[in-house]
Amino acid sequence: MTNSPEKPKPLVLVVDDYQDAREMYAEYLEYSGFRVAEAKNGQEALDKAFELVPDVILMDLSLPVMDGWEATRRLKGDARTRHIPVVALTGHALKGHSEDANQAGCDAYVTKPCLPDALVDQVRLMVKRRDEAQAR
Amino acid sequence: MASPAPLPPVEAPAGARLALAEHLLACESAVACARAVVEWLARQFGAAVACVGPGDSGTASVCLASEGLTGAQQAVLARAWDAPASSLSSFRTRPGARGLSADALEGAAFPGGLLAVPLGRPGAPAVALLAVELSGPGVPHVPQDVAWVASCAGPLIARLVASDARAPRRPEPDRLLRRVINAVSDPVLLTDAEGGLLFANGRGEALLVAGPDASPGRARAVELNQRLFRETLAQGGATGVHRREVPLVDPVEGMDLLFELVTTPVLAPDGPAVVVSVLRNVTDLGRAAQALGESYRRLRATEREARSERHRLDRVLDSVADPIILSDPAGGMVMMNDPAERLFAPPPLHDGAEPAEPGEATGRRGRGNEALFASFLSNLLGNVHADVSRWKSQLTLNDPATGAPLPMEALASKVLGDQGELTGIVTVFHDRTEVLERARLLERVKEVSSELEARVLSATAELAEQNEKLRRQAIQLEQASAAKSQFLANMSHEFRTPLNAILGYTNMLLQGVSGEMTPPQRRNLTRIDSNGRHLLEVINEILDITRIEAGRMPLHLTDFGLPELLQEVMAEMDPIIARSKLAVETHLEDELPGVWSDRQKVKQIVLNLLSNALKFTHEGGVQVSAEYQVATSTFAISVKDTGIGIDVSNQEKIFEDFQQVDSSPTRAYGGTGLGLSICRRLAAMLGGRVSLQSSPGQGSTFTLHFPRRARRT
Repeated sequence: MTNSPEKPKPLVLVVDDYQDAREMYAEYLEYSGFRVAEAKNGQEALDKAFELVPDVILMDLSLPVMDGWEATRRLKGDARTRHIPVVALTGHALKGHSEDANQAGCDAYVTKPCLPDALVDQVRLMVKRRDEAQAR
Repeated sequence: MASPAPLPPVEAPAGARLALAEHLLACESAVACARAVVEWLARQFGAAVACVGPGDSGTASVCLASEGLTGAQQAVLARAWDAPASSLSSFRTRPGARGLSADALEGAAFPGGLLAVPLGRPGAPAVALLAVELSGPGVPHVPQDVAWVASCAGPLIARLVASDARAPRRPEPDRLLRRVINAVSDPVLLTDAEGGLLFANGRGEALLVAGPDASPGRARAVELNQRLFRETLAQGGATGVHRREVPLVDPVEGMDLLFELVTTPVLAPDGPAVVVSVLRNVTDLGRAAQALGESYRRLRATEREARSERHRLDRVLDSVADPIILSDPAGGMVMMNDPAERLFAPPPLHDGAEPAEPGEATGRRGRGNEALFASFLSNLLGNVHADVSRWKSQLTLNDPATGAPLPMEALASKVLGDQGELTGIVTVFHDRTEVLERARLLERVKEVSSELEARVLSATAELAEQNEKLRRQAIQLEQASAAKSQFLANMSHEFRTPLNAILGYTNMLLQGVSGEMTPPQRRNLTRIDSNGRHLLEVINEILDITRIEAGRMPLHLTDFGLPELLQEVMAEMDPIIARSKLAVETHLEDELPGVWSDRQKVKQIVLNLLSNALKFTHEGGVQVSAEYQVATSTFAISVKDTGIGIDVSNQEKIFEDFQQVDSSPTRAYGGTGLGLSICRRLAAMLGGRVSLQSSPGQGSTFTLHFPRRARRT
């Protein structure tokens, strides 16, 4: 929760169709020192990602209009967004979802329920890993 | 010769001459000899013949024998022979036969003339003359037969005349009578009372007389015969007719002969009593009688045999249970065995003792049967059916005694004679009651069997239908199970989404995101948090069960070490262990080998066992130990506690779904009751098991046994 003044706060795009969960994560992320953008389906997520180019995307996989796997595939297939880490979120604990998510190009996988602090830890890990990659 | 020969030139055959010669030799008197000659010549020439010679008186000549001449002619001849100057007297001294004309004798007694033949020894004066009447004039040639007879009989007659003259006179039957007696074929004898032979005919002499020149054999036989004859004769009385048998010997052949002797005492004219005996040869008769007796005996034996054969046949026929009837060619009954009699001819009433009514009914039925039989037989009778040799038919007769119907099969066969003519018909009946009954039973059996078959078929069909139903139900169950699993998976997702928000916001509040809270607020939020976590645990466990049942929990086999795994478990459980204030220690065997199995599942099981041990233990400690059993190549991870323990009766129950020892709503321990159930399922997936040793108050030891190298099923 170190907010250095010379470095802008990282932007996290939270994609979830369930408003309570989306706003909960958004509030905790803002409380934890992140900027937050929200999207409630896959298409909207794509639009926001191209428009804002966030630092990390939290992607629920079960989404209306366009599901999370498809949206992730498109993000990873586009040069503008390929570098953005995607953390998959799913309430489906059944085996196979994580594999699909990895195939779609997700960088991390988190099973719901996931406490906000655990999620924020995961987001920080992603940002750190990206920063290290950029430093090299 | 001026006239045809008065005598036929026929020469007598040698046989005839021989017969005459034999006869002449047997003659004992001149008369007999003359007789033989005259008869022979008369037969040879068919002419009248006479022989004149010295009579008994010894003075005047008489006609010794004649054929075909009148008494006057005989007298003329005799006188002419005796008259010294007659034409015949010259023949006494002149040998040779000569023919004389009719006028040679007085009164022309021989109209056609005669042939005169002197008889006597050659060179001596003739003693007799033979005269053969001629049928025509002229002097004939003297036939050879006549010359032969003269040469043959002449010396004989001369001798006999001489012996006649010498022989003393004895009573002698009349010559005719004597000839008659001689002609009898049976031996006839005249004897005095003592058996001395006075006279015998030819047959008698053959048996009982032997001449001085007879052979010694014949003499002995005759002597024997005479003795036998006398003895037999002596046995008879002096008066009356007697019959008896006397065995004699044939003097010529030496054979034994049997005669029947009939004796009749007769008074001779001059006084003394004599006996007439007639012998009849019964030798052949005896043999015939013997043979007759023999054949009679044989006949009797044959008859007896035939009778016993017939009797036996009757017995055989009677012993046959099937009725048998023999009919004549017209269809009339000839013979029947006992069973047939019972059917057709009811036995007669016993002295009328039986009531008349049943008898009448019986008779009526018998007659009804007979009528049926007659119409059956008509299929074989008559010319129309001449080429039919057998007839088979089924008749329903009635038992004459009871009136019960008797289904019969009748088989009639013609009996043919040597020439193929019909001599009778044999009919055999066969009772078909049993056959019909058997057929009926067979039919019934078939019926029942087909019924049974139908039942089996329908049962089979039903079974197949039920199988199909079961199959469908199995599919439906499978589908239902899959649907249930899907449903539960979806439900868990739906549970998680709100639970995620509940737990998340609670967590945020507890972190003071919305500012600091009062201690009561914090305590209440903490309760929301722990209940939410419990709910999440329940949901996760249900999800695990569902995944295992749905086969959506595959094995992920990897290489790993148990010490590291147990370290992780202890680390994860550390907060709870710290809260429990129990002494928890681990004891690992040295040099545990590496494992090839599903690490996540082994860990889950151990976590579960350890959390249970902590939950149900209030004081004491918990020991986790791991060891490797080389013999079975299995690991054993034990979690031993000093807790409340489990009664043996509940040790199986606790492994079932949603079961705790106390499953009541007011139970003292929380938890879903799914933990051990999941452990057992996971252990099975690894090819292992979970065992339990426990008793109430003594603590429990749960042990996970699993192979060092799991096999993918």
